[in-house]
Amino acid sequence: MAATSAAPKLSDAPVPKGGIVQSVHDSLVMARRNLIRMARIPEMVIFGMIQPVMFVLLFAYVFGGAIGVPGAGGDKTAYREFMMAGIFAQTVTFATAGAGAGIADDMHKGLIDRFRSLPMARGAVLTGRTLADLVQTALVMVVMIVCALIVGWRIHDGLIKALAGLGLLLLLGYAFSWIGALIGLSVRTPEAATSGGLIWLFPLTFLSNAFVPTDSLPTFLQHVADWNPFSATVQACRELFGNQLAPVPSDAWPMQHPAWASLLYSLLIIVIFRTLSVRKYRSAA
Amino acid sequence: MPGAIYAEGLVKTFGDVRALDGVDLDVPEGSVLGLLGPNGAGKTTAVRVLTTLLQPDSGRAVVAGHDVLKAPVQVRRSIGLSGQFAAVDEYLTGRENLQMVGELYQMSSRSAKARAVELLEQFNLTEAGDRSAKTYSGGMRRRLDLAAALIVRPPVMFMDEPTTGLDPRNRMMLWEVIESLVAGGTTLLLTTQYLEEADRLAHDIAVVDHGKVIARGTADQLKAQTGGERVEVVVHDPALLGTATEILTAFSKGGSTVDKHTRRITVPVAGGAKLLAEVIRELDSRGIEIDDIGLRRPTLDDVFLSLTGHAAEADQAVEGEASEAAKPGASAGAGVGVVGTAGEENK
Repeated sequence: MAATSAAPKLSDAPVPKGGIVQSVHDSLVMARRNLIRMARIPEMVIFGMIQPVMFVLLFAYVFGGAIGVPGAGGDKTAYREFMMAGIFAQTVTFATAGAGAGIADDMHKGLIDRFRSLPMARGAVLTGRTLADLVQTALVMVVMIVCALIVGWRIHDGLIKALAGLGLLLLLGYAFSWIGALIGLSVRTPEAATSGGLIWLFPLTFLSNAFVPTDSLPTFLQHVADWNPFSATVQACRELFGNQLAPVPSDAWPMQHPAWASLLYSLLIIVIFRTLSVRKYRSAA
Repeated sequence: MPGAIYAEGLVKTFGDVRALDGVDLDVPEGSVLGLLGPNGAGKTTAVRVLTTLLQPDSGRAVVAGHDVLKAPVQVRRSIGLSGQFAAVDEYLTGRENLQMVGELYQMSSRSAKARAVELLEQFNLTEAGDRSAKTYSGGMRRRLDLAAALIVRPPVMFMDEPTTGLDPRNRMMLWEVIESLVAGGTTLLLTTQYLEEADRLAHDIAVVDHGKVIARGTADQLKAQTGGERVEVVVHDPALLGTATEILTAFSKGGSTVDKHTRRITVPVAGGAKLLAEVIRELDSRGIEIDDIGLRRPTLDDVFLSLTGHAAEADQAVEGEASEAAKPGASAGAGVGVVGTAGEENK
């Protein structure tokens, strides 16, 4: 009954190309899977958009009148312009929680065994997820920008610089989603990954120049804020959007060269956390 | 020449637990090996090592001609895995699931698409193909999972408890699919705790317990090892149990086992159906009324019991064989009796 040929039977599977080409291909296949999932669970995406919009409105109207911004005189809208870069940056870092929860969820289903038994690029499951999160972050940014324009935020230095600022924001979000990936691989449940991805973001994003001018902080915290990777992106955006009214009150290198600092910090985070995450994914039993 | 699946001295420990404690396997090309054992015996760990998901602490394994440690990518190209839980993305449709897996096997997106259509058809999922897998029943998910494992027609397949949790109808359906696969020349390693399943699907069986292969052979060899046929009689009147035992012992190859509580007498015999007819005539002529009588061939249940001294996952096995209960000579109806019988024999 069974075919008993002497030659070993071969698989129909093509020989894996290996290398970067296959890595990109497999990551895109995985990204598509995650995007389809997001489209089929729209409530996740919608909730992800409501929160930043709420933040914009709360900060603009609750703190807006109370917090003075250096160099603005009595202008009430000055704080809105000042803090918008901070809210943008904080929002992109929330991608951490999404990536972490998604990966933790995947890791505890049978599906991950299927992926790990396929001749696919090792990092593709994680890269696919972070890429999909990047798309979602970009969508959230669009909604936030519209919202910010409505409450009076403007760019003052031209579109090219503003786009560069947006690029830095998205890169920061992408970098943070790799931190989320590592958290997702390290915890047992998606719930733990969500809270584990969020709790440290609050001190990180508040101990920065995002919401208050750093010269109002105690000296020690001022140093922390100046060297905080998050502050670099905020400062870079503030300058690229033309929202920085007064000279920067710090000589720390990241505050003097915020765009370069932001780029370097983000790339460094990606290299470190991608390496650690892929290694952890491979060794996961 | 080593077989399509070959393992030598596999050891894997998790903390204090030796999940694999020196497992050797050799599955010739085109054959089916049933890895039979209770929960926690090490079956899944063995599958995970052979499918490159887990690195063994020591030992060597070669699958489809490639070493699992040295050439895992080549191994992955040549295998299909259908795990214990249906590994499908529930938010994707059946078609999208299959296409994704095809592309991750490095098929072009066009051929992955075409293959998905074929498989949906073959597994009777065409109609449900554009619904998300979330809406599928357990049996449909299993079929989709198996279809995904077959995308590249891998020469070597691993199935980890493929029918656990399925209803009898879906189980039969899956068995038929597996049988046609094997008829096409696929080498298959199948784990199961359903003895009936190993008996039906596997050419060779390796019985695993506590990380070790404690017996191997064909189903018939293992059964022969446990002992031959038996006649089992349930006497209507408890008072006649003694007389009936005397009569039966005369036909026996060696002794008898009596369970007073169920009024069941079991004796090992040689002579098959012809002898059974004689036993019935004899009992009848002595005026002994019987409630049940059967010629019972040893099942893998008995094999397992005599090898390990404990039943193979008692409640699961009973549940698994419930459909057999009605058949004469089947073991399941005698679930309790089996334990009693073997206990006596071991002495």
